[in-house]
Amino acid sequence: MTTSSPALELRRVNKWFGAVHANKDISLSVGRGTIHGIIGENGAGKSTLMSIVYGFYQADEGEILVNGSPYQIDNPQASIAAGIGMVHQHFMLVDTFTVLENIILGVEGSARLAGGLEHARAELARLEKEYSLEVDVDAVVGDLPVGIRQRVEILKALYRGAEILILDEPTGVLTPQEADHLFRILNTLREQGKTVILITHKLREIMAITDNVSVMRRGEMVAHVATKDTDREKLAELMVGRSVLLRVEKDDAQPAETVMSMRHVRYLDRDGVSRLKDINLDIKAGEILGIAGVSGNGQSELMEILGGTLRPSEGQIIYKGEDITNSANFNARDLRKIGLGHVPEDRHRSGLVLSFSAYENTILGYHDRPEYNKGTTLDNSSMIAHCEKHIEKFDVRPTDPTLKASGFSGGNQQKLVLAREMEQDPDILLVGQPTRGVDIGAIEFIHQQLIQMRDAGKAILVVSVEIDEVMSLADRIAVMFDGAIVGELDAKDATETKLGLMMAGVKEGVEA
Amino acid sequence: MIKKLKLVAAAAALLAVTGVAKAEDFKPAIIFDMGGKFDKSFNEAGYNGAEAFKKETGIEYMEFEVTQVSQREQAMKRMARKDASIIVAMGFAQANAVEKAAKANPDKKFTIIDMVVDLPNVQSIIFKEHEGSFLVGMAAAMKSQTGKVGFIGGMDIPLIRKFALGYEEGAKYANKDVEVFQNMTGTTPAAWNDPTKGGELAKSQFDRGADVVFAAAGGTGTGVYQAAKDNGKFAIGVDSNQNYLHPGTMLTSMTKRVDVAVQEAFMSAKDGTWQPGIKVLGLKEEGVGFAVDEHNKDLITPEMTAKLEQARADIIAGKIKVTDYMSK
Amino acid sequence: MSDTSVKFGSPAKVPAWVNLVLVPLVNLLAAFLLSGVVILIIGDNPLQAMEVLIYGAFGYEEALGYTLYYTTNFIFTGLAVAIAFHCGLFNIGAEGQAMIGGLGVGLVALYLDVLPFALVVPIAILAAALFGGFWAAVPAYLQAKRGSHIVITTIMFNFIAASVLTYLLVEVLIAPGGQSPESREFAEHTWLPFFHNFLPLPETPLNISFIFALLLCVGFYYLMWHTRWGYEIRVTGQNETAAKYAGISPARNIILAMIISGALAGFVGVNEILGVHHRLILEFTGGFGFVGIAVALMGRNHPVGIFLAALLFGALYQGGSELAFEMKNINREMVIVIQGLIILFSGALEHMFRPTIENFFKKRSSSAAVEA
Repeated sequence: MTTSSPALELRRVNKWFGAVHANKDISLSVGRGTIHGIIGENGAGKSTLMSIVYGFYQADEGEILVNGSPYQIDNPQASIAAGIGMVHQHFMLVDTFTVLENIILGVEGSARLAGGLEHARAELARLEKEYSLEVDVDAVVGDLPVGIRQRVEILKALYRGAEILILDEPTGVLTPQEADHLFRILNTLREQGKTVILITHKLREIMAITDNVSVMRRGEMVAHVATKDTDREKLAELMVGRSVLLRVEKDDAQPAETVMSMRHVRYLDRDGVSRLKDINLDIKAGEILGIAGVSGNGQSELMEILGGTLRPSEGQIIYKGEDITNSANFNARDLRKIGLGHVPEDRHRSGLVLSFSAYENTILGYHDRPEYNKGTTLDNSSMIAHCEKHIEKFDVRPTDPTLKASGFSGGNQQKLVLAREMEQDPDILLVGQPTRGVDIGAIEFIHQQLIQMRDAGKAILVVSVEIDEVMSLADRIAVMFDGAIVGELDAKDATETKLGLMMAGVKEGVEA
Repeated sequence: MIKKLKLVAAAAALLAVTGVAKAEDFKPAIIFDMGGKFDKSFNEAGYNGAEAFKKETGIEYMEFEVTQVSQREQAMKRMARKDASIIVAMGFAQANAVEKAAKANPDKKFTIIDMVVDLPNVQSIIFKEHEGSFLVGMAAAMKSQTGKVGFIGGMDIPLIRKFALGYEEGAKYANKDVEVFQNMTGTTPAAWNDPTKGGELAKSQFDRGADVVFAAAGGTGTGVYQAAKDNGKFAIGVDSNQNYLHPGTMLTSMTKRVDVAVQEAFMSAKDGTWQPGIKVLGLKEEGVGFAVDEHNKDLITPEMTAKLEQARADIIAGKIKVTDYMSK
Repeated sequence: MSDTSVKFGSPAKVPAWVNLVLVPLVNLLAAFLLSGVVILIIGDNPLQAMEVLIYGAFGYEEALGYTLYYTTNFIFTGLAVAIAFHCGLFNIGAEGQAMIGGLGVGLVALYLDVLPFALVVPIAILAAALFGGFWAAVPAYLQAKRGSHIVITTIMFNFIAASVLTYLLVEVLIAPGGQSPESREFAEHTWLPFFHNFLPLPETPLNISFIFALLLCVGFYYLMWHTRWGYEIRVTGQNETAAKYAGISPARNIILAMIISGALAGFVGVNEILGVHHRLILEFTGGFGFVGIAVALMGRNHPVGIFLAALLFGALYQGGSELAFEMKNINREMVIVIQGLIILFSGALEHMFRPTIENFFKKRSSSAAVEA
């Protein structure tokens, strides 16, 4: 399927946000009927670039050509008219509407809804058949699993006549099985002559599905390669700008005594919905316990209970052999005093106060410690000294402790949080999404630090939605689905398929 | 030395207080209180008096409208510094400020309306509102078909209760079986300017059978008068002659000649006849009364007029004693 | 990684003085320009008005005294609103808290005046803090424990405070035989010393409450940025989830911040009741509580800024009354229009010029970086 002109072409696109040069002289050519991957670290400018193509932002300089002719795309409507459809990372669907209503939203056709609906129903039946996108069009979106909702988004774009489909980090919320299904759909689309642009930071996906790949680094396009001519290591190197170790090197764990356990823990939220169901866990010294699962299956509640910010509705929390469930010590402040460190899942919401300087964040949760206080006065010089130590040890950049936390990149923010929690030398460390939004280079470093802590005999719990990360980091893996632990296995026995099935709720041992 | 200076100053002050001011350098001043000079009521009456003086003599006056409590004293001192010949303070709330400013400026003349400040250079003008209220109370009771009349006060303060008591006594005097309803609009200064609530209170009194209501409530009164018009009942105005507002349903107005008081204070200071001390203006002095004009002359029957005139004469003669709420 | 790589993605820095000085000045200038146009329309000379305003606020000792006296009130209410802001709360109830604080002062001065000055004044100050703090604590409790929105409850509490004060003054505390709803004058030994009592200055309402207000500015700075309690309040205000994560109780800090806020507002009562009027009266709060919101906004919730903003508003109040006094066409409504414009530009429209100014400096700093 080659014609003379590419489906989408960008010529020397530039975009500034204030002084930040987010896209520098980007040129890109996407051939019709291909799947084109765009890969880069967080903040490399991928999303900005695609937002320009979709009309959310306007380029300060440069040209966009669709099918060889220049297009002025200054709003999403213009983009749709040019045949470009976008599937966002966060779905833009109305939960209380049916699939059909969601799809025709904005293109109802006439003031009377019924006519539009009938027309849409017929058109959708055709699209579903053509691209094997099975969806019950009368189902309410809020009741559908995320994988299906994503299909609704794709259908929505196709219904609007999209010839070029942009998917922004589409697999972030999917189980491996769901991701595979998505890739089959994308293949069908390619066979039908559609063009697909896949934005991701996952090398595995790029290798699995794309024809060509463009690599972005710090706002620049650093390489265009055919996928078959490259491999993961090379791409990683292009993304980071130096060679990276993708595997975690570690020795076998030497598990010792149990530091913290949960016994028959249940949790009902304010609406009475059961979020945790009969959880039993042992977190042992000298071992990394990984919790795998699609996000939203109770991991957050689990972390909050262990961290002391949430009380279980039922069951016991045992810390160093003592049942602390009803103890006055069972709160975030006192747990820290008796040796618990906690890197929260969402550093922006919980781990940091973004408007505070780095050194003020250094004492978050530890602000009443004697080392930071002189009588009633906070000891700023000690705060800064500790922060400087963290910055040096964890290689945080920039190295300015007075810079506001919001001024650091995601990876450096994560390092600040990790440094704060790890440098208190806790006996047990809870880590939620250790590398979410963190650059590949920093991932390597964070993993090394966690392994070092394990080897020093600390108990570590890692919760991650990245199946690769859990597999490579953990010594033992528990999989959560719908608030329950559906299985626990040794990391050595874990395979992606096995974990994937468990994450989808299939009990361990039951072969699919 | 200092003692001597003080003596000289005192002598000069004495001269200044009693001395006759020359017309060309006569500078009267008036200080309005929080309501502002266009409050359609008390302060505006003072403004009208000052304007009348200006029209008559062609002499400009200085003025200031207070927005902060502490500005009262400040404004008076500033007027004194600008060499004001007389400073008129509108309203009882300015009493403390007048007291301080008068003490600080013993050579200046001060006149305060509606309150007594006992100092050698202060003239206090107060009104016998109870006497005027007594007469309009009689008028209300005589006009009423139902034997029920109403009173709507503004902010619940002693001064307004003085109106209310005089009104009630007057109504009872005209018809001893009359029923008098009483409502106060509120307990904060906002009650002086809440026509909506005034209208509601009036309607509720109408519902209970009243067919004449007297509003002593500043700007709130306009709501009362409107309600009376809408319901075909009678209303009585207050302070200035408000009969013209709704001819036909405004039975009369209890007048309190603040304008005359202000004009006379200016005029007497100019003439040199100004005297410190307490001036009480009642029916006798025509400081209070009730208004009859072309807008309401058909509503007041000759029989009523006769009785009212008789009562007026009796009060002035001391045959009728109207209770003053303040000295109760 | 090279140095430039670190810079990428982090926002360009705008010099601090731009935010702290330039933007407020531009806002102020815009407000004055617009006021000038209005003055022109009503037929007066804006430049002369400006001169009268400035001279009337700072030109002579008495004017300065009045300006600083108003400033004192605005410092109290500005700090009160600011500490609530730091905790993420919008305290619209400073007016009511000031009233109740003044009530506390009045009760002490009326009923404990057998005590000597050295005892009665501290007790009165304490009473102002306790009464004002209590009045803020109730909405704070409702917010922290029941989720009732503090904006609504504090507004309601203003009305309740006004009614309580009026009731007490009309029915209970009114001076025997008095006409206006005012208490009797306090015994003279309970009065706070005026500045003109110990300095060769003309008589003005300026009293030692001003010194107290300045001390509170220092205390405020120390509390917010140099103690763990201030730290907890700021964490709660900036990120409640992070506070919970760090073991900081948001409910406790909301209540604490509001109690301090109410206490600060209550000190208006110390200045007005014990310092100036020497009797409990109505309306002594004169809208200072509401202007405190503008003061805190303009002062960026920092005591230095609050002092400067309070001084500005003090000057506007004093200079404004001078304007009404000196200029024929400018009456008090006009003065309120000018004050309103300044509040509008520096408070509500605070972000109107900011992005433009910031972008100008960002572009400049980035082009400088490129050249470097």
